[in-house]
Amino acid sequence: MTATAKKLGDVMLRVENISLSFGGVKALTDISFDIREHEILAIIGPNGAGKSSMLNCINGFYHPQQGSITFRGQTRSRMKPHEAASQGIARTFQNIALFKGMSTLDNIMSGRMLKMHSGIIASAFYKGPAEREQIAHRAFCEKIIDFLEIEAIRKIPVGRLPYGLQKRVELGRALAAEPTLLLLDEPMAGMNLEEKQDMCRFILDVNDEFGTTICLIEHDMGVVMDISDRVVVLDYGRKIGDGPPDEVKHNQEVIDAYLGVQH
Amino acid sequence: MAFFLEVLIGGLMAGVMYSLVALGFVLIFKASGVFNFAQGAMVLFAALFFVGFIELGLSVWLALPLTVLVMVALAWAVERLVLRHLVNQEGIILFMATIGVSYFLDGFGQSIWGSNVRQLDIGLPTDPIFLMDGDILIQAFDLWAALVAGSLLVALVLFQRTSVGRALRAVADDHQAAQSVGIPLNTIWIIVWSIAGLVALVAGVMWGSKLGVQPAIVSLALKALPVLILGGFTSIPGAIIGGLIIGAGEKLAEIYIGPFFGGGIENWFAYVLALGFLLIRPQGLFGERIIERV
Repeated sequence: MTATAKKLGDVMLRVENISLSFGGVKALTDISFDIREHEILAIIGPNGAGKSSMLNCINGFYHPQQGSITFRGQTRSRMKPHEAASQGIARTFQNIALFKGMSTLDNIMSGRMLKMHSGIIASAFYKGPAEREQIAHRAFCEKIIDFLEIEAIRKIPVGRLPYGLQKRVELGRALAAEPTLLLLDEPMAGMNLEEKQDMCRFILDVNDEFGTTICLIEHDMGVVMDISDRVVVLDYGRKIGDGPPDEVKHNQEVIDAYLGVQH
Repeated sequence: MAFFLEVLIGGLMAGVMYSLVALGFVLIFKASGVFNFAQGAMVLFAALFFVGFIELGLSVWLALPLTVLVMVALAWAVERLVLRHLVNQEGIILFMATIGVSYFLDGFGQSIWGSNVRQLDIGLPTDPIFLMDGDILIQAFDLWAALVAGSLLVALVLFQRTSVGRALRAVADDHQAAQSVGIPLNTIWIIVWSIAGLVALVAGVMWGSKLGVQPAIVSLALKALPVLILGGFTSIPGAIIGGLIIGAGEKLAEIYIGPFFGGGIENWFAYVLALGFLLIRPQGLFGERIIERV
């Protein structure tokens, strides 16, 4: 799949002149970029470039001191993470944040928290509409489990799973929320080649089948250049490149800062 | 035989009272992974307000909702002033904060209502009941306490199955992850501290009716510790069963083992039992398995 084969939509999320600092340390300086409907956007850069901070700003863990983030026409100020979630932004974390004591299925079900509406009394006794609602949610989660090929670990507490599978469950939980924008923080870190290929396939399928917009951080340049439609490059909290993979690959500033000389 | 049964039943009934206190600990531990040191102080705090309202001339049925309001307000204040600033911090830091809350509540409650021992009578029967042709004596009050604890258990277990209950579990596991699936952390904390406050109120009323409302109630919280170690910090039924085992165990031990040590072992037996348990089953009887992947 190449960038030109796919029709990119309008701007979904616009980041304008974001600056973020912790005390005297500047994490992000004057960053602007767009995320378009249905695209896969990769954010790359050396360690400490501010990539994760950028994601944390988008889903409301951090509040930038300057600049604005506009999601689907709504400019927000000091949005909380759960508000971002209810607007349709789901994410995974660099160091997996799963509910370790719960099973794979329960973890994925927790992703549907915002979609559950039955009242407290009804769900306590698990009767009538509450029961039907639970069954519907369960069916949806089973579809995700099939999709991610994790049927065999449905009932296993995720704390016991190997790293690669935990990453997959975390993706499943994010998908359960039926997000419009999916943020993936290093979805392939620590994986072997085969696991990376699987993960790439899932990401492309999610993008393709559900039309989900994806913004991901990744260090594996092969993967980034293969699957993303556009790449944003950060270095020391500044944006030094933005464009299709081929263009970014030949951007001198990016090569100097991050990619290195090609032999 | 009848004597054994009487001691056993007496012990179980005392255990129910421990369970009432332990339940409050379990609730907060399950929902935030924090051992809430202030639970004992909350029991006294609730009891003081309840008895205080009654002494002002209010009826029980007016004092009860008023005290509930006080406990909800307290939960709100704790979230607003303490917990909100400690999101994503280590459990031990939150634990230290609850020690602070404990001392504050202890002092604040007493500076409003004074530190005298007060009688609390909510009209529960206190007549003795005789079973087996008068061989076994049970206090009617203890039966009521068991009934109250039982209903509380059922209500809390049902509550666990609601979406709010599930959100509580998620928050206990991982703050960040919970927030990212759309759980409003602050609201959840207010809810769980309110519920723990209500459980504290129930415990406070029961203990207050039994012993009188007095500052010594705070130290009862310590008795909940062996109960929790036995039952598991994360299990609501565990708090009840743990309480029963501790209650029955210490009474039976006092009668049947005590004489070998010269008596008075009731005070420390529970801790020894807990210590033994820690060696064999650190997660308690019903606690969640501790999973560690290296």
